[in-house]
This record gives sequence, C-alpha cells and structure tokens, in this order.
Amino acid sequence: MTVTAAAPEIPPGRYRVVHVMRAEWVKLRSVRSVRWVLAAMIVGTLALGITDCLVEASDWAHMTAASRARFDPANISLAGLAFAPLAIGIAGVLVMSGEYGSGLIRSTLAAVPRRRLLLVAKAAVLAAVALALSEVTVFTAFLAGQAVLAGRAPHATLGQPGVLSGAYLALLALFGLGLGAVIRRSAGAIAAYAGLVLVLPYVLLALPGNPARFVPETMLASSVAAVRPQAHYLPPGWEGFALMAVYAAVTLAAGGWLLSRRDA
Amino acid sequence: MIEACGLVKRYGSTVAVDGLSFTVHAGVVTGFLGPNGSGKSTTMRLLLGLDAPDAGEARVNGRRYADLPWPLREVGSMLEARSFHPGRSAHNHLLALARASDIPATRVGEVLDLVGLAGVGGKRAGTFSLGMGQRLGIAAALLGDPGLLVLDEPANGLDPEGIVWLRTLVRSLAGEGRGVLISSHLISEMALTADRVVVIGQGRLIAETSVAELSARTAGRRVLVRSPDHGRLAAALDVAGARVERSPGGLLLVEGMTAQAVADLAATHQIAVHELTPQPASLEEAYMELTRASTQYRPGAGHGQRDGDQARMNMKETRP
Repeated sequence: MTVTAAAPEIPPGRYRVVHVMRAEWVKLRSVRSVRWVLAAMIVGTLALGITDCLVEASDWAHMTAASRARFDPANISLAGLAFAPLAIGIAGVLVMSGEYGSGLIRSTLAAVPRRRLLLVAKAAVLAAVALALSEVTVFTAFLAGQAVLAGRAPHATLGQPGVLSGAYLALLALFGLGLGAVIRRSAGAIAAYAGLVLVLPYVLLALPGNPARFVPETMLASSVAAVRPQAHYLPPGWEGFALMAVYAAVTLAAGGWLLSRRDA
Repeated sequence: MIEACGLVKRYGSTVAVDGLSFTVHAGVVTGFLGPNGSGKSTTMRLLLGLDAPDAGEARVNGRRYADLPWPLREVGSMLEARSFHPGRSAHNHLLALARASDIPATRVGEVLDLVGLAGVGGKRAGTFSLGMGQRLGIAAALLGDPGLLVLDEPANGLDPEGIVWLRTLVRSLAGEGRGVLISSHLISEMALTADRVVVIGQGRLIAETSVAELSARTAGRRVLVRSPDHGRLAAALDVAGARVERSPGGLLLVEGMTAQAVADLAATHQIAVHELTPQPASLEEAYMELTRASTQYRPGAGHGQRDGDQARMNMKETRP
C-alpha cells in the first residue's frame, strides 16, 4: 500500500475565495436536484409566457377598448415570471440547506472553516449561474412571446424590461440562499421562502396602505417585468430592484452572521 | 500535532466535554476511547472547529483550525458517516473538496483507488453501502495528503476484510510520520491499531497512556488463589475490600488486589496458600475497569446520566 509522499508539503499562501468558488461551481453543477429545479424554471417560464401570448393574441380581436388600453405585450410574454421565483428561490435555498440535510456541511467546513468566506463564494457562484440562466430565459420568453403576438396584436421590441427581470431573479436566488443559511432545513427554508415571496402578497393585499407593493413577487410583476405603470404599485424601473437587493443583502448578512456563530 | 487544552462543551445543561486535555503526536496512532455518549464525537468536532468550545481551545500545528492556511492539507478528517450529498457522485464530491484546497484533480482518482472505490467513482454516493460511505469518508480525509488525520469510528460498517485494510492503512500512515487520532468504542480493535490511547468518560479524561501501559495497569489486579482454608481467606479478603469470586473446588478469583497483597494478607491470618496466580488482564478488561464509573447508558442503570460527584464516587469504589 502506498500513500504517496511521506512528508506532505504545504504550498505557500492560503486558500482564497476563488478556490472556494471553484469548489462551489463543482457542487452546483453536480447535483440533480438543483439542475432539475433550474431546468424547471427555464421550461416553466417559457411555457407559461408563450401560452399566455397565444391566448392573448387570439383574444385581441374581441377585446374591449379598456382591455386594449391595459394591454402590455412585454408583461404578457413574461407571464412565466409568476412561476420562476419559486424555482430559482428553491435552487438558492438548496445550495445551503442541502449541505445541512446531507451532512455535507461537515466536509465543507472542514475544507473551508472560514464560514463567511464560504457563504460569499456560494453567493457569487449562485448569482452568476442564476443571472446567466435567468437572462437567457427572460429574453427567450420575451422574444418568443413577441413573435407569437406579432401580426395579431401589439407587440413590444427589445430594450424594454427584460434585463432587469433576469437580474431580479438572481436576487431572489440569493434571497433563497440567505434563508437557507438562516433556517438550514430544506423544508422549513423552502416553506419560508414560498410564504414570503408567494403568499405574503395576498395577505398584505387586505391591509390598508397597500404594503403588498413592497413584497418581492409584486415588485417583480409590477415594477420590474411590466412596462406600463400600475396604480398603487412601485413604478417600472429600479425601485423594486433596489429594494429586492436590500432584502437579499439583509438575509445573506443574517445567514452569514448565524453561520459563523452557530455550531455546524 | 493536535492539542486539546481544557476543552469544555455544554449543550444546554448537559456537559458533553468537561475540561479535556490531550495531545496527538506525529507518527503515532492515538486511539480515542470511551463508551457511547462519552463525548468522543463532540471532542472531534471541537478539534475541527465545527463546534465552538465553551472554554479551552484546540490547536492544530499550533493554530486554531479556522486559521489553517490549507486545512485539508494539514488535517484530514472523517466525522460520522455520511458527510456527503447523496445526489453527487463520489468523484464530484472529492473534486469539490480538492478545488477548495487547490489540490490537483488527479489526486481524486488516486484516493478513490487507494480506498477501493475506483470502479464506482461516477456513481451517486447516496447509492453506497455504509462501508462504501466510510471508504469515501476516508478518501476525503486522505485527499490533501495531510500530516494529521482525525477519524471518528472509521471501522463502522466495514466488513472484516475492510477492518484489516483500515488497520493496515492507519499503521502505514503513522509509519510515514503522520499523526492519527482514531476513535472507537471497540477496545479490541484499538489494541491492534493504536500506540497510545486517550480514554474518556462523561467528557472527562480518564487516561492518556500507551496501550502497553494501560494493559499493565490492571494486569495483576486479578489473582487466582487456591487455599485449603478458602472460606476464611475469602472472608478476610472481603474485609480487606477485594472482590472475591468463589469457584467450585475452593478456587478464589480475587479482584482489586495484587498477588503480593493477597499473600501478605494470608500470612497475617496464618492461612496456607497453595497457589497464587496473577491473571493477565486484557486491554478490554482494563478499559471496562476504567470506564465502569462513567458509562452513561447502561442497561438496568435506571437513569440516563449521573452527575459528576456520583460518578467520581463510583470511580473510587471500583478503583480502591
């Protein structure tokens, strides 16, 4: 039996975030659950958007003037964004909670004991992957949707929402990662994510002062994915995006703080 | 070198590790022994910085684990079974760990080969048997070619052939100058594998000694005595505080007293003795003797955990 060199040599320097990012990239691409969830996001977003565009295109001829005035072709092609946040958020949650559920966290922290550095690396890799996939998905959904609408109903051209929606989805992934770091259990973290992102808007709709406009899902629908301003919601543009960035940053900071304080 | 210095870890009101200090030296296999629930796994988690101690500190080559520049290249560890994602292949699991430590990807194949998993590297680790999972854990520990190894119950789930393989591996690692801390609740296995032992009970150090010394410690504390006047001798031994087992034919098995003490006692009482044979104690018996007082979960004990004072009292009873 040979166990290679007798006197192990340790290279100079120390492990840095780039090493940890390479490790996290291997992890992210090598687990089925995350791959499936991300594939579901792409397929679901495209399918919903194209279906909605088909329906709206055939309805256009029979629409009332009021309906036609509200018609937002960009928004319709991005109808799949109602579904994408769930999938991308679950992917974000799993990147962290999957480590705890399986016991992998022990191996991970043995290799990378600087825990905040670990979370930074995870966030960087997840954000990059989520951003790339989301942008491709959103643009494909937009272009495919407009192609369906073209000729039968008004359609939009590029340069309208798109870019921001994809980046917004990446922020939702980071929000999920932060929740995963705080809650650690997949089931609990996914439930919390779904509750905050998908259920909370409906609860808040009943309250005075319209607090629902500050909820991720509502901001995505009204300020990031829509072109036409909707009454009572944040206007299209950066406000919703910036607020979502704050949510993600706060959740990640809480996750990082807990990660470095708690026993693994 | 790994040093535990006054480690204390509490979980709520339970003290899992209670002022524990010991050292793991290079080139030596240190067996880490204790009954189930005595705090072995917790101690190992403290050594690796997974849990933070409430007091004391653990140092690896003079540094806190978290401050190691390349942790996996200095300490290889395997804590509990299943420290991998079931959906990831063995190869990718090790590759991720290798990337984090800037270890070349070719090393992944080497360690898979070394632990006998070369043929199943591409399979999802979740499909592995317990023994294969242990082998994957050992592969991860060896990945960084570290000078120190911390292995928590690595023999669990290995078949007899695997246990022999592990023993040979651990011995050869120490032979190359590496320091190994290996926990087990099976003293007989440690007798074959370890050079030194650290024995703990209820989170406290009971003994830190060489294997030879440990068996010597209780050897001779059991004596076989043959006497024509065995009834009177047994009574005298009872009074003197020894435990006496009476066998048919007048043979007495005396525990807790050396042969010399038994002979002196017999002389004092003017009792003839025909045979006086010190019984060699196995390492297992030595260990049982040491940990008797601190066994947390004992059938029929009636209560889960004793408090420290009572445990100390019991220790005195069994070690007069």
